[in-house]
Amino acid sequence: MTPADSTLLPVTLTVNGAATELHVDPRVTLLDALREHLHLPGTKKGCDHGQCGACTVLLDGQRILSCLTLTVMHGGQEVTTVEGLGTPDALHPLQEAFIRHDGFQCGYCTPGQLCSSVGALDELARGVPSHVTADLADVQFSAEELRERLSGNLCRCAAYPNIIAAVSEVHVAGESA
Amino acid sequence: MRPFAYVRAETPEAAARDGEAVGTKFIAGGTNLLDLMKLDIEQPRRLVDVNALNLRDITATPDGGLHVGALVSNTELASDPRVMASYGVLSRAIVAGASGQIRNKATTGGNLLQRARCPYFYDPNLPCNKRDPGSGCAALGGLSRTLAVIGTSDACIAQHPSDMAVALRVLDAHVNTLAPDGTQRSLPLDEFYRLPGDTPHLDTNLKPGELITGVTLPPPVGGTHVYRKVRDRASYAFALVSVAVIVDGRNVRAAFGGVAPRPWRVPDAEAAAAQVDSREQTDTLLDRTFDEARPTAQNAFKVPLARRTLKAVLAQSGLEEQA
Repeated sequence: MTPADSTLLPVTLTVNGAATELHVDPRVTLLDALREHLHLPGTKKGCDHGQCGACTVLLDGQRILSCLTLTVMHGGQEVTTVEGLGTPDALHPLQEAFIRHDGFQCGYCTPGQLCSSVGALDELARGVPSHVTADLADVQFSAEELRERLSGNLCRCAAYPNIIAAVSEVHVAGESA
Repeated sequence: MRPFAYVRAETPEAAARDGEAVGTKFIAGGTNLLDLMKLDIEQPRRLVDVNALNLRDITATPDGGLHVGALVSNTELASDPRVMASYGVLSRAIVAGASGQIRNKATTGGNLLQRARCPYFYDPNLPCNKRDPGSGCAALGGLSRTLAVIGTSDACIAQHPSDMAVALRVLDAHVNTLAPDGTQRSLPLDEFYRLPGDTPHLDTNLKPGELITGVTLPPPVGGTHVYRKVRDRASYAFALVSVAVIVDGRNVRAAFGGVAPRPWRVPDAEAAAAQVDSREQTDTLLDRTFDEARPTAQNAFKVPLARRTLKAVLAQSGLEEQA
């Protein structure tokens, strides 16, 4: 069905630092708005049902699944995609670490893995517990914590050990910075 | 996805009034609803976005408990210092569910309203009384390994999927609501959720337009809090069996997940267990709790699994020697 213009709703959101105005059908997910309307193909459509994590972006700094939310719900909010983490000339430390550790193979899941890792490290720093946290009041970084926290991101090439190595390295660098 | 009208509510009262029209659904996090809409299982004609409502706070209640706004995210609730310190079973249950991305978006009210994950509910090509009342239940003669063993009916054997709700049940939490006519209610979880009977399409006793405004936790009960979840893989999967337990001396509270159409707790069984020798306590609690279980051949394993899971939890909390 092609929606009539009258069904399009205006929404203004900040994407990778730039104020962006869209007119979208209310059915357009944030994922589809990023890819089809804003031509930011970094964020990937995997399962489109919240099971694979390929569409992970940061919303007001927190990682979410862009396939399971509607664009019209996010007026006034800030979205960061993989394109907003770094640039080819100035990569985000996680992007550099993924390259160094061969944290991607086909690379399809990588944008989601990167955004999810940024969010997961922030959650660890804020003391957000996980299923494997031993003491709720004292959340500590560990590879086990990372594995659990990144379990919503599938990589069918199974680059998991390299991803954990890359994210661990960035965490350690951040701790010593 | 089918077309729908989208409106944003500015106040809870307006949301409840907006929500009363036939075919209207509230949307908060949307992590379950949008998935179901993409699959054509939910077909709302109108979505009322409740995200602008002032229901995002966790506040102390006069009696020493906590009120959790309906829009508090799963992550915020699980990591609230008061919840971690005094309602540990709730933090543990929440972080046992979903993924970090989903917990950042999913809300307290929405978590309570998430729908069954029965494979036949999710397949519009097969009969399901929950999705299409009167069409029959493909699960009864089908793949039922993950489904409920107690509280079921001949019309439906779907299990309730929420981990959070199992912890809320063992904590005696209440669900607070606002109806379109302004009536406020506070429902214990057992009165909030319905058993399927012959109307399995109705998961809760909410009336049209009735909005969940929050959840109230009674004052802390102390004791040792444990949530143990048994599933087919270590993370990001629904429970085959889960148990939320609070142990305080000889008193054991236990609610089970993955086994029934709502979090399953039998206070009479807990009372009986408190009266017997500690070696017999688990057996008494389990026998009485699952007395009326009607498992299928495929999910009969859940009853002994629940027994072993509870025994392991009680050993972990120091009440019982490891069996």
